[in-house]
Amino acid sequence: MDILDILRAALQQALGPQAIVFALAAIGLNIHFGYTGLLNFGQAGFVAVGAYGLAVSVVTFGAPFWLGIVMSLVAPLVLAVILGVPTLRLRADYLAIVTIAAAEVLRFVFGSVEMKDTFGGSNGLNGFARPFQQANPYSSGIDLGIISFGRNDLWSLTVGWILVALCCVLVWALMRSPWGRVLRSIREDEDAVRSLGKNVFAYKMQALALGGVIGGLGGMFLALKQASVVPSDYSTLMTFYAFAALLLGGAARVMGPVIGSILFWFLIAGLGSFFSQSAGEGGWIPSVIMTDTQASVIRYIVLGLAIMLLMIFRPQGIFGDRREIAIDGR
Amino acid sequence: MRKRLYRVLVALIGALMVLLVGSAGAAQATATPPPDATAIQVTLQDEANKDAQGNPKPISGVTLEVSKDGEKAGEGVTDAKGVAIIVVQELGKYTVTLDEKTLPEGTVLDESTKNEATVHVRFQGPNNRAIFPIGVTAGEKSNFGKDLVKNLRAGIVFALVLCLAGLGFSLIFGTTGLSNFAHGELLTFGAVMAWTFDQIFKTGALASVSVLLAGIIAVALGGLGGYVQDKVMWGPLRRRGTGLIAMMIVSIGLAIFLRYLFQYFYGSSTRSLSQYSGQQREQHWYYLGLSLADREAIIVLISIVTIIGVCLWLAKSRMGKAMRAVSDNPALAASSGLRVDSVITNAWVIGGALTALSGVLYAMQLQVNSFMGMRILLVILAAVTLGGLGTIWGALVGSMVIGLVYELGPLFGVPTSIKEIGPLLIMIVILLVRPQGILGRKERLG
Amino acid sequence: MDAEMTEQTSTTGPAGLVGVSTEPGSKKPDPIVVADNITRTFGGLTAVDVDHVEIQRGAITALIGPNGAGKTTFFNLLTGFDQPNSGSWTLDGKSLKGVAPYKVARLGMVRTFQLTKVLAKLTVIENMRLGATGQKGERFWAAPFKFLWGKQEDEVTKKADELLARFLLDKKREDFAGSLSGGQRKLLEMARALMVDPELVMLDEPMAGVNPALKQSLLGHVKSLRDEGRTVLFVEHDMDMVRDISDWVVVMAQGKIVAEGTPESVMADQRVIDAYLGAHHDTDLSELDEERLEAEVEAEIAQEEDAK
Repeated sequence: MDILDILRAALQQALGPQAIVFALAAIGLNIHFGYTGLLNFGQAGFVAVGAYGLAVSVVTFGAPFWLGIVMSLVAPLVLAVILGVPTLRLRADYLAIVTIAAAEVLRFVFGSVEMKDTFGGSNGLNGFARPFQQANPYSSGIDLGIISFGRNDLWSLTVGWILVALCCVLVWALMRSPWGRVLRSIREDEDAVRSLGKNVFAYKMQALALGGVIGGLGGMFLALKQASVVPSDYSTLMTFYAFAALLLGGAARVMGPVIGSILFWFLIAGLGSFFSQSAGEGGWIPSVIMTDTQASVIRYIVLGLAIMLLMIFRPQGIFGDRREIAIDGR
Repeated sequence: MRKRLYRVLVALIGALMVLLVGSAGAAQATATPPPDATAIQVTLQDEANKDAQGNPKPISGVTLEVSKDGEKAGEGVTDAKGVAIIVVQELGKYTVTLDEKTLPEGTVLDESTKNEATVHVRFQGPNNRAIFPIGVTAGEKSNFGKDLVKNLRAGIVFALVLCLAGLGFSLIFGTTGLSNFAHGELLTFGAVMAWTFDQIFKTGALASVSVLLAGIIAVALGGLGGYVQDKVMWGPLRRRGTGLIAMMIVSIGLAIFLRYLFQYFYGSSTRSLSQYSGQQREQHWYYLGLSLADREAIIVLISIVTIIGVCLWLAKSRMGKAMRAVSDNPALAASSGLRVDSVITNAWVIGGALTALSGVLYAMQLQVNSFMGMRILLVILAAVTLGGLGTIWGALVGSMVIGLVYELGPLFGVPTSIKEIGPLLIMIVILLVRPQGILGRKERLG
Repeated sequence: MDAEMTEQTSTTGPAGLVGVSTEPGSKKPDPIVVADNITRTFGGLTAVDVDHVEIQRGAITALIGPNGAGKTTFFNLLTGFDQPNSGSWTLDGKSLKGVAPYKVARLGMVRTFQLTKVLAKLTVIENMRLGATGQKGERFWAAPFKFLWGKQEDEVTKKADELLARFLLDKKREDFAGSLSGGQRKLLEMARALMVDPELVMLDEPMAGVNPALKQSLLGHVKSLRDEGRTVLFVEHDMDMVRDISDWVVVMAQGKIVAEGTPESVMADQRVIDAYLGAHHDTDLSELDEERLEAEVEAEIAQEEDAK
């Protein structure tokens, strides 16, 4: 057991590209769920269309890189409209049901053999990220003692954290405005908002679209960082990682999703590293109880437990103030 | 065991499996002794036309032309094993063109393959292969009626299994208002438990009724699981006044927790129940032109009896009536002296048991897997939304429709590996035109 | 006591309602709302079946009736929160049939709710600001740029503060609305509705759950609305309030309008007494509190009779 190793793995993930992707996805979810009270269980779908919007335009249709970027912003917008029109007039469950189903089906479609020519099947698509890599101004990586990032990662991180910061500023500016006030009011009681002459449906749609596009940014970033898109990245787990991160950091706060994502990856990577060292060859846990493969599953079990327990006992997040929480656990 | 599974899978997944297995088969066929020169070896097989071992039949006498950069580089004709070896002069990229006129009568190239294949000749020697999967479309076209019957059969079985799970979902939703996203895992739980007890019984004195016993135990455990869930978690949350949105998030947490707990103990491999692993010959039964294997007949029988039983129970018994009253209007039911909490507990027990039964039957028909619940959940959600969330009869109608659409969709152009698309599209359309579902009432939309 | 007598008692009435007939569905001199043939059924139950009703502009009209008479449903129908099975109705001559609730509010018909809908996790002043109409900052593209809406926000805040002061809520300005008492919530909801500057204010049981000390000030507020030239339509069980402030009373029973008139005439009307007594056996046991209120109402009516 090497504590330093565990810490290194945890920190690497907490500051690395994964945390950025999930911070963006969670910022989007925060607009949906934290501010507007929309239950989007399919954020992975928005992230996926963001990523595939870029990859498919460039690889399959041979569009220039800039157009790919535009498409990666447009695709989540379109998805939001398709999912929003039938569900946003109905009770909260309908949106949840339709989004979770749509996200899974999108993943099946992207990975399907029949659509391999367009979406690349289960191997996905690559070969669209060269302009991004060529724009890398760094000549070498960075070594911070305990953790280090290579040249490419450093460039991805720079771009990624700037994106996160920009999104935070945007959310902050929007949420202090009367527009943000309407969203928060819809979360509290949409009939009251209706009775005051506001078009609730339009606001919900705007919120769904904005949160979706920010999620799509996360997908675009992931695609650029990996220089490939693979359908298995966009499973429902992605949505619930983002949910866990949001709940951890505290919903309906500007920095909640960012802090949550960093914290979440710190914990999950730390745990993963801890159990992979503890189980299997040379670990202190006998393999009757836990094998190597089982150790890799532990993190997901913890994830499920974390979502349940956070929602039940601390819906305001770890640092939050109970009086201000968005979604009352009680 | 594999072969049995394979046969069922072919019925279900059709072209995809044919493609996968077909290409694996092609790779093994290196029968002709290779000449010493560098060559391209092409194997032609008719995927739609298989022999007793399930190997595709080779196609002989087909002319193949090899060209490089638009210039002809060689030509060959397939032999009795469907193999042609065409000698080329140098390494590089070649195009193999198949002369469709020389194909035997009734054989058509698969839509997704053209009459050309590109081959990179990277090695000296004859092991540079090109594969033409042939005949998939031809098989479908000529046998639409047969496929319809096959898929209809699979659809009916699937729809009935779905009905049970949908009923369970609706009972719980109706009494508590909760869309339980962990419902798929309750189904997995039933399947996994059935498999576990089947493993215990199958070698002992009870081997002949192993699956039956295991199924009964699994259903009982499913009911118990529902009870425990309600007592330990949902009941206290309800009494605390937790909002529905918060409960839905808790349910998704539970779903992830359970799913990976199953994976922790059972791994991610796919298993089958012992008595239905395909070693035995099964008798077939004929009903209304549908031939059902005895296993399928059992599934259909159990499902129908259970569904009728539950419906009668809901319509006649005291508790059943109470349950419907609570679904209709919890506040009114409470004020007229019903003990809503005990009704809800009952709904969890019955719902858990029904869903576990659905899982057991699903395991009998197909297989057991830690992740099966998640994928079925999507279809369950589509079914109950179509019928009308929270309405018992709606769940039945919705499940029947969605189950059939799920299995028949591939006949009408839905790609087989993504059959969920049909149900999802129906769900979105129904939400647009009639959001309360086929049998729901508008007031429920709230 | 017969119908003829009720005719006679109603030959006078305030606020332009002098001489208006007390037959259900009578014509008003200057109606702001006119509704025709409105029906709404739930399953087999007909909740609302109104042939014709007119609401006088600039007056306070009370809508009363026993439980289950369809008052709140009628409210929901008028404001677009529920859709009728048939019928048409107009506000200021404009048809409201099929108009979305938020558009109804923008046309000047703003309602409150029986169970108050304050926005619990917003402060009192934020609740008030939300009510203002035509805010530039509520548009998505303008929202991130404060210089576009900052000035308007100040004006809105000023107006909100004035209303809060008038409704004696200024001390609670920065509190979360969820921390207010039931009565204060009613006040806040009414004040918030006024931020819209409505021509017609629809109050659904403004007195339910309000303590007696606050009742008087609430009454004063409702009267002051009329004095500002607004029209008020309210549903109420509290007969004191009905008698004190309403200019006109419309009585519903079993979905139909059974009587109209000035408070005095209505309370003496045999049809009204029948409606209340007849409804007694159908009383919904789940709403014990309302049953108590109803008993009070009956006592009131009995007193009236004694006084005659």
